[in-house]
Amino acid sequence: MRGSPFPPWIDRGRPLLAVAVALAPVYLIGLVYLAGSPRTTDVGYVPKQPVPFSHALHAGDLGLDCRYCHTSVERAAHAAIPSTQICMNCHEQVLPDSEKLALVRRSADSGDPIPWVRVHDLPDFAYFDHSAHVSRGVGCYSCHGRVDRMEEVKQVETLSMGWCLDCHRDPAPHLVPADRLTDLDWAMQTDQAARRKIGAELQRINNIQPSTDCSTCHR
Amino acid sequence: MTSPAIAISDNTSSDPRQRAPLITCAPDCALITETVCRVVEREKTPLAWYAAFAVSSSFTVVMFLAIGYLFLRGVGVWGNNIPVAWAWDIVNFVFWVGIGHAGTLISAILFLFRQNWRTSINRFAEAMTIFAVMCAGIFPAVHIGRVWVVYWLAPYPNQMQMWPNFRSPLLWDVFAVSTYATVSLLFWYLGMIPDLATLRDRAASRWRKLAYGLFALGWRGSARQWHRYERAYLLLAALATPLVLSVHSVVSFDFAVSQVPGWHTTIFPPYFVAGAIFSGFAMVVTLMVPARAFFGLKELVTIRHLDNMNKVILATSCIVGYAYATEFFIAWYSGSQYELFAFLNRARGPYYWAYWTMVVCNVVVPQVLWLKKCRTTPWIMVIVAILVNVGMWFERFVIIVTSLSRDFLPSSWGHYAPTRIDVAMLLGSFGLFFTLFLLFCRYLPMVAMAEVKAAVSHHPGSDHRH
Repeated sequence: MRGSPFPPWIDRGRPLLAVAVALAPVYLIGLVYLAGSPRTTDVGYVPKQPVPFSHALHAGDLGLDCRYCHTSVERAAHAAIPSTQICMNCHEQVLPDSEKLALVRRSADSGDPIPWVRVHDLPDFAYFDHSAHVSRGVGCYSCHGRVDRMEEVKQVETLSMGWCLDCHRDPAPHLVPADRLTDLDWAMQTDQAARRKIGAELQRINNIQPSTDCSTCHR
Repeated sequence: MTSPAIAISDNTSSDPRQRAPLITCAPDCALITETVCRVVEREKTPLAWYAAFAVSSSFTVVMFLAIGYLFLRGVGVWGNNIPVAWAWDIVNFVFWVGIGHAGTLISAILFLFRQNWRTSINRFAEAMTIFAVMCAGIFPAVHIGRVWVVYWLAPYPNQMQMWPNFRSPLLWDVFAVSTYATVSLLFWYLGMIPDLATLRDRAASRWRKLAYGLFALGWRGSARQWHRYERAYLLLAALATPLVLSVHSVVSFDFAVSQVPGWHTTIFPPYFVAGAIFSGFAMVVTLMVPARAFFGLKELVTIRHLDNMNKVILATSCIVGYAYATEFFIAWYSGSQYELFAFLNRARGPYYWAYWTMVVCNVVVPQVLWLKKCRTTPWIMVIVAILVNVGMWFERFVIIVTSLSRDFLPSSWGHYAPTRIDVAMLLGSFGLFFTLFLLFCRYLPMVAMAEVKAAVSHHPGSDHRH
């Protein structure tokens, strides 16, 4: 049985190789695009909340400080989702009969918490601590964006490990003076060079040296 | 001298006036093809092959069961624990990588030195190299604990910005071994293409013809193909040559770059490379002797080939013995009490039996190979080679376990004992190695026919047959 064991038409398949080679860059570009696309990173995630609470109204138009509701942000790992009682501080008096607030009133009566849907959800093996960041001058804006303009809260950053490390390696552009921590407008209006200059000075004065050891975030 | 048409029975003469023939059968191309292809083409697989395959594949299954158990339960199923965080896993890894050194040495370095006797054994040794590196690769891959993130060892862009630590010899190891595996595989395969084409052309059944035809890549044996083939082979040989020295040097850096007494020495790279070639040749002899007898290759793989390999074993044994002595001398000469203790502890501590097994098997036993009688008697050399393999396994055990179990601080000393899973994985790795080896013997040409023919017959009728 001499000769080729393959039929001659097999040679006609050779152009397929050229097609495969030509498609390789398309595949690679597609792969990188998908890896970085918002569908993968969750940027722009806006879950439906049980109560149509508007940050734009409360934090923006009315000018409530973030810390009025997120009470533990300076002292604890969690910024804390406010209890229904905090809502009721105002809403006992303001719009006490609003249809939109029915669930809030029910929660206040029964003691069952409002089932808010978490927007910024880190993996369980990452131990993020709000107090460590806020007390060192990382403003709300750096991670959460213009919450004071959001009707519904939206995730604006990737919250990926690389994104964390970018700041841990170079925190200066994200450090703000203590009285500007929750001032989202200041953070956005001040130009980048000025922010970096202020941040670098704060970093020096407060001796801020973010660690990039594994155990800093993974314990 | 005229070309001998009849077979020569003994080619071990060291008479310099007469070039010893490479093979003991007639230098007849058809005969060589017939001898090698017969093994692959015989209709019925020998019963002994089935028996051996049953045993070896059972052990392979045992290994994969042990690995499955390891994945389910974690590395705690092994005996490793602080302070002996590396134990049989790394012992087995270094052992198998070492075994893999004979193949490239024979195929690349001896090729560049125009040692034509390599042609009878290079295919066999290269196959062993690849199988040994496969066995070796399993251990570091499964010992990392969280195997499902093993790809973190590779530098690739990712959202975590995690990047391997390029200052760590463990990373160099990943690259050294994977490069070695790739180049060895390419070299082995490239060298086999003309022989695969021979098997394709001789194939009697359609399936064999398709299978060998697929892997022969359309080889027709034209002058242009041969020209390019030989160029490629030479280039690959040149690429593979530094790897023979680099791979085990890098493996030795895993130890030498650390500061553990008994590890932190500059002698490690050459000492490891010599040990690797030593164990690799011993494994080739161990398997070659029964294989050449069983598959009727005695005339192609002659006693002279075995004699040559035994000389390499003897030389590397002496280098290894010299390294053992140097380690002791430097331990004393350094004036470092930790270094001196590490070596006295090897010879007289709780693992003294492992140390002396190593010395006897690696240094004392191979000395019998000074005698030509021992170098040319198959059963003697097999015993020596097996003992060398035992000794070389114990060498890695001694280096790793004695140094880790007793380092600087007596309060953190510990003792290591293997578990049943450790034993299952070692035996299983042998099972995998022999399974692959048996498949190779049955389905691929064990001797590089094209190369042997070129070496025995390029000047027919003259006495320049190298």
